[in-house]
Amino acid sequence: MPNSVPPSTSQKLSLWRRLTDWGATGFAILAAVLVIVPLMAIFVYLLIKGIGSVNLAFLTQTPKPPGELGGGMANGIIGTGLILLVASGLGIPLGIGSGIYLAEYGRNRFGDMIRFTADVLNGVPSIVVGITVYSLIVVRQKHFSAFSGGVALGIMMIPTVARATEEMLLMVPNVVREAAFGLGIPRWRTTLSITLRTASAGVITGCMLAFARVAGETAPLLFTAFGNQFWNLKLNQPTAALSLQVFTYAISPYDDWHKQAWAGALILILLIVGAVAAVRIVTSRGTLKGA
Amino acid sequence: MPDEIFRWLIILSAISVFAIVVLVVWELVDKSRLSLHQFGLHFFYGHDWDPVNDNYGAMPFIYGTVVSSFLALLLAVPLSIGVAVYITEMCPQGLRSIISFLVELLAAIPSVIYGLWGIFVLAPLLRDYVEPFLAKTLGWTGFFSGPMYGLGMLAAGIILAIMIVPVIASITREVMTAVPQNQREAVLALGATRWEMIRMGVLRNARIGIVGGVILGLGRALGETMAVTMLIGNRPEVAKSLFAPGYTMASVIANEFTEATGDMYLSALVEIGLALFIVTLIVNALARLLVWSITGGTARPRA
Amino acid sequence: MGVGIEVRGLKAWYGKNESLHGIDMSVPANHVTAVIGPSGCGKSTFVRCLNRMHETIPEAYAEGSVKVGEMDVYGGGSDPVEVRRRIGMVFQKPNPFPTMSIFDNVAAGLKLNGFRNRKQIAELVERSLKLAALWEEVKDSLHKKSGASLSGGQQQRLCIARALAVEPEVLLMDEPASALDPISTSKIEELIFQLKQHYTVVIVTHNMQQAARVAELTGFFLMGNLIEYDKTEKIFTTPADKRTEDYVTGRFG
Repeated sequence: MPNSVPPSTSQKLSLWRRLTDWGATGFAILAAVLVIVPLMAIFVYLLIKGIGSVNLAFLTQTPKPPGELGGGMANGIIGTGLILLVASGLGIPLGIGSGIYLAEYGRNRFGDMIRFTADVLNGVPSIVVGITVYSLIVVRQKHFSAFSGGVALGIMMIPTVARATEEMLLMVPNVVREAAFGLGIPRWRTTLSITLRTASAGVITGCMLAFARVAGETAPLLFTAFGNQFWNLKLNQPTAALSLQVFTYAISPYDDWHKQAWAGALILILLIVGAVAAVRIVTSRGTLKGA
Repeated sequence: MPDEIFRWLIILSAISVFAIVVLVVWELVDKSRLSLHQFGLHFFYGHDWDPVNDNYGAMPFIYGTVVSSFLALLLAVPLSIGVAVYITEMCPQGLRSIISFLVELLAAIPSVIYGLWGIFVLAPLLRDYVEPFLAKTLGWTGFFSGPMYGLGMLAAGIILAIMIVPVIASITREVMTAVPQNQREAVLALGATRWEMIRMGVLRNARIGIVGGVILGLGRALGETMAVTMLIGNRPEVAKSLFAPGYTMASVIANEFTEATGDMYLSALVEIGLALFIVTLIVNALARLLVWSITGGTARPRA
Repeated sequence: MGVGIEVRGLKAWYGKNESLHGIDMSVPANHVTAVIGPSGCGKSTFVRCLNRMHETIPEAYAEGSVKVGEMDVYGGGSDPVEVRRRIGMVFQKPNPFPTMSIFDNVAAGLKLNGFRNRKQIAELVERSLKLAALWEEVKDSLHKKSGASLSGGQQQRLCIARALAVEPEVLLMDEPASALDPISTSKIEELIFQLKQHYTVVIVTHNMQQAARVAELTGFFLMGNLIEYDKTEKIFTTPADKRTEDYVTGRFG
């Protein structure tokens, strides 16, 4: 049977095919570079512009009135901490509880529905969550509050924590549970002390991811925590938050505030990275070594 | 007895998730009732956003949201797929984890910091170099004309693109990795270049999942608030040029919610929130459907 | 028409592990040559070195001389893409392209190589499917059914047709029937017997009866070495090497 692939044709096309191969490789490398450049740029600017403005005053003082130089974001740092405390108090228990449900009790239609609902919740734009909490809490209480801000962020934490918990629990082999049952340990004890403990590293990572994600959120706080020029440690008062302050200062017309916005952003990023790092250290040290 | 209590506590947690979503829907519908009744369908194509006379038409915001999101997709999709192809099929083994870590890191940066960087770095860059260049070369199209502020639709689109690249890239990587090795070998054995192998053996098989990833990215872009608010100029107008300022649904809520005097004003803003919620709901559901059909439900779409 | 394969001093590595220690083998044209041996002996590696598929595995490479007809596979100016076009390969697990129709599966290699003429492509697709003894079964649903909707045996014949469409000179088959049921297996074996009229076939198999059924020559590999290479009949009835005898009589393997 004659070979009907003419050598001349394959020679000519080779050039075009070679060119597209090179071109595609070049484009892929270019894409990788183009994606990483903004990342580097952001971190570099944060460092350069932020470091200059982070000083003792910044870390310990509250904002000065607009137009006056000086002051700091100390109340924002504390405020963020307060709000995140409330958020974690809501988001982590409900998230882990839902995750336990999905993994241990919910391998059925109802569980599918809950799983779907959690995904829906995950996709709700953060500003819409803000509207809802405003409606539910702020309007009823007739004032903005750190509490409502925490609730908004806590709601946003739930799906991430739940999904991570479910995944980690499912990875624990059934024989572990069966061994516990075989020893006569009741189901609730097994789930908490044995299954969950085995999966703890992954669950903690999930909580940390959720925490890092909401730490930087601004939109839901716009009409819940609202912000505050002064110190506040009360849950039922409006509170400053680092992300809110960065926003307000960034869009202001004052140069000094712009500098402080960079400083605030740097602190915020450090907070997020710090949370990630701290959990990595704790979980890998063996204090809470998981499966 | 304790087992029963525990079980009910757990079920309660699960139900709370459901309850929260129900509450979201309820509050959105309830608080937008006024506006829904007053304006009906006209709300969505009216151009006039007039708090003074309590007359509200949301078209400029819908336009702004759609244009900024699709501009973002236009820029992000080739970049994301390019990065994903690079990491999955071309990258030397040692670099792989570093580069994928860096791309994931993009997702960790809060929106407000993107906005901050956008105002003080990206916008001046656009105003001083990019926009004049675009006006000179492509100004005749009408998309790159008018005053160059730096801030505007183009800036918003670019920052959104950077923000959604990690989403699209990570899904694309997952579905590409899920393609079995024997498909790649089948194409290579026919006498194909590496790009031809990637195109025919991997991307073709993963295309449904990639589309899902793109749609997920769209969902993210639609709901993005802070960075867009800080860069888009916040002017409720429909303009052809990308240099012009615009306004998105999320941004108008962010800017005007706490200033809203009067029930109708607030109700109109909540109605925009309701519309945003419904659109992102549909888009995200579609995306997950597509991604799960490829990965069989095991992959966790990173939203 | 097929061409012969001359292998001299072929060595192959996976990273630092040398898995083939210098193979010399002459495969005659238009014959079926079987490569047998226990798991891990290097038979698959050997065959994958012939069409430079071995090096697609990260950190894997090969050295030595492989001449397929006039083509120097590992020569200085040789291009792996061209080598793989001229040497066809069929894999253990059938791997048709699930997103393509039966027609498009067979035409895939043609489209890659720049064929544009639709009539020519259709003719070549038909010819290949006939050579692979699949034409009668699929001729009415060429464009309607996807490659993955066929049965296992049909899928493998589709993969054979796909490989034949670009008119290779040699066909390499890596345990082509091991994932199939007995009826499909015997269909494939019949097919191999007919294919040797037009092509040189090298088939890797762990099934000794299969080697005896289809191959005129057989090479026995053990731990990266070619122990014995002779007429199939001789290998199975009066092997020269004790290790060969132990393997074919089932004392290990």
